[in-house]
Amino acid sequence: MKQKQVLLGHGSGGQLSHDLISKIFVKHFDNPILRKQTDSALLEINATNISYTTDSYVVDPIFFPGGNIGKIAIAGTVNDLAVSGAKPLYISVGFIIEEGFSLERLEEIVKTMAEEAKKANVLIVTGDTKVVDKGKADKVFINTSGIGILDAENLHISTGKKVNIGDKIIINGSIGDHGMTIMSARNDLNIQANIQSDCACLNHLIKDIIDSGANVKFMRDATRGGVATVLTELVDKRNYGLEIKEENLVVKESVRGMCELLGFDPLYVANEGKVLMVVAEKDAQKVLDIMYSNELGKEAAIIGEIVDEHHGKGWIETGIGGKRIIDMLAGEQLPRIC
Amino acid sequence: MKYIDEFRSKELVLELARQIKKISKKEIRLMEVCGGHTMSIQKFGIPSLLPNNIKLVSGPGCPVCVSDRKYIDQAIAYSRLSDVIITTYGDLIRVPGSTSSLDVEKANGADVRIVYSVLDALKIAKENSDKKIIFLGIGFETTAPSSAVGIINAHAQGIKNFFLFSSHKIMPPAMGALIDEGVKIDGYIAPGHVSTITGSGIYKDIPEKYNLGVVISGFEPVDLLRSIFMLVKQIESEDHNVEIEYSRVVRAEGNKKAQKMLDEVFELRDDWWRGLGVLPASGMKIRDKYKAYDAEIMIPVEVEKTKEEKGCICGEILKGLKNPKDCKLFGKACNPNDPVGACMVSHEGACNAYYRFNR
Repeated sequence: MKQKQVLLGHGSGGQLSHDLISKIFVKHFDNPILRKQTDSALLEINATNISYTTDSYVVDPIFFPGGNIGKIAIAGTVNDLAVSGAKPLYISVGFIIEEGFSLERLEEIVKTMAEEAKKANVLIVTGDTKVVDKGKADKVFINTSGIGILDAENLHISTGKKVNIGDKIIINGSIGDHGMTIMSARNDLNIQANIQSDCACLNHLIKDIIDSGANVKFMRDATRGGVATVLTELVDKRNYGLEIKEENLVVKESVRGMCELLGFDPLYVANEGKVLMVVAEKDAQKVLDIMYSNELGKEAAIIGEIVDEHHGKGWIETGIGGKRIIDMLAGEQLPRIC
Repeated sequence: MKYIDEFRSKELVLELARQIKKISKKEIRLMEVCGGHTMSIQKFGIPSLLPNNIKLVSGPGCPVCVSDRKYIDQAIAYSRLSDVIITTYGDLIRVPGSTSSLDVEKANGADVRIVYSVLDALKIAKENSDKKIIFLGIGFETTAPSSAVGIINAHAQGIKNFFLFSSHKIMPPAMGALIDEGVKIDGYIAPGHVSTITGSGIYKDIPEKYNLGVVISGFEPVDLLRSIFMLVKQIESEDHNVEIEYSRVVRAEGNKKAQKMLDEVFELRDDWWRGLGVLPASGMKIRDKYKAYDAEIMIPVEVEKTKEEKGCICGEILKGLKNPKDCKLFGKACNPNDPVGACMVSHEGACNAYYRFNR
């Protein structure tokens, strides 16, 4: 009989595990390093600066408009490396699966991960599977790690230590899409909205910008906590402040509507395909043009700038011309968003 | 978004701000009673658009904030009963009780569920016939009708395991009490959604007895600026009365059907307000006729002794006597992640709004 569900035995290390690995994981993730099926992946890396990241994915629901948990796992890991200025190379994936989870769904997730990795030009080189009793996990959780290489001249990007007054703040498109997609995909709210997650690997877009020679001072992906959290971190304890204009933020009509209904501020809602950059003023237009030419940056915009006022704080000019501070998200806004 | 964007028009807002500046001479303090207004005022940065002689102060209109800590303690005690499911609007679960909070109890295994409507609570009651479902009824004339609907529907559908734990309150007694206490206010920006239900008549005492203006306001920037303009005009001409700014929603007579439901299910009782103490005929008690749905009567529970937090000046903030920034705990010992007082928890609380938008 053909197995349709994940059994405890699939995580036992025996024949069922072996079958699962070869018939689903190796089949889709296939590459020369993984194919060797050594206990650890053997990598050759010629670089002095390595960027190394880890992340866990518990998004609920696991399938949603615009992606699934596997797509976020790859994109999230690739983006964490890319926004540090690194070139992502290798990824590890660990699955924690609830007993009884559909093998067909699992394969669908794995296939998406393979496609996404291929698009981003990264290799999934090692992995692990554990199965827990029914009810002890919710369907499937994924843990990843990622390795990338980093040119010495890009080391400053993740800390933002070269950020200066007058630099421009740019984002590659609309905000809040992912968070609101997840909210509308949850059945308990009974909301039907025409939105999809922006979940995507940003490494090619970022590479084009760095390769252009544009003076990029800081980058971060605006995931949990949204754009507001990145902006707050950017100025925290620094001797500069920042100002953005609400009217420059792109927020899709459906996202605005849902936020309004549920009492969320799009500035704090999670994204999975948005990078916030601080760029030298003279290069801002160049960066925008590169973003426009990429599918993932069509709605890019300069949203504000670094200023020599209210040091350590971010301010927003609201849509009606009023001013207020931007603060970090307090408490959990949306659990299990990624 | 239609019907919202029009009321967030920068041109209109700035024009209104210009008009206000032009006619406003006196130093005045206007109180926005409703937490929803506080939130909107801070979120849109409205104070930065007003002339210096106009100060906005937050009032006692955040239901979570004015609730008795004893109410939270009792809800916590209920949540510890193994046959109880607590259903509540979201804000309440983080409000600190004397020694715990509902979210701590939830983490410890209590069945506490956030719902968006009392109808969700009824659904949970139907699906869990072996449990007692307690709905935490909190809020003013705005949310009380939906609690009433909960009881009326439970009664009609023969649902016997649904109970309301009512902390519902009515707005006007608190507004009167503030002035009786000598709080200096020159006019009220009154809550639009309360009047959607009650109409404008409930405030007629305020101009008559206290010689103060009341403008019932909507929640968007244009609404708020227009309400301020109307109040300034009243104050400058010394002609005080009750006006409706939020006329696209509020009718002078209110929503008769909702009023009838309120009257069917609730009667008034003396109630305790944080900062104001006991106000006569200010709370809503479930009528005897529906006592089978009254958690307080049907589910006896032992409640720990209430302890108030030292140093928290929520009470004075709710009366408009102090500003959140005057509190020693503000932003330090008390913040949204680790709130000391309820005003820091609720998104409509003055301390929370100041913390997020105006620190």
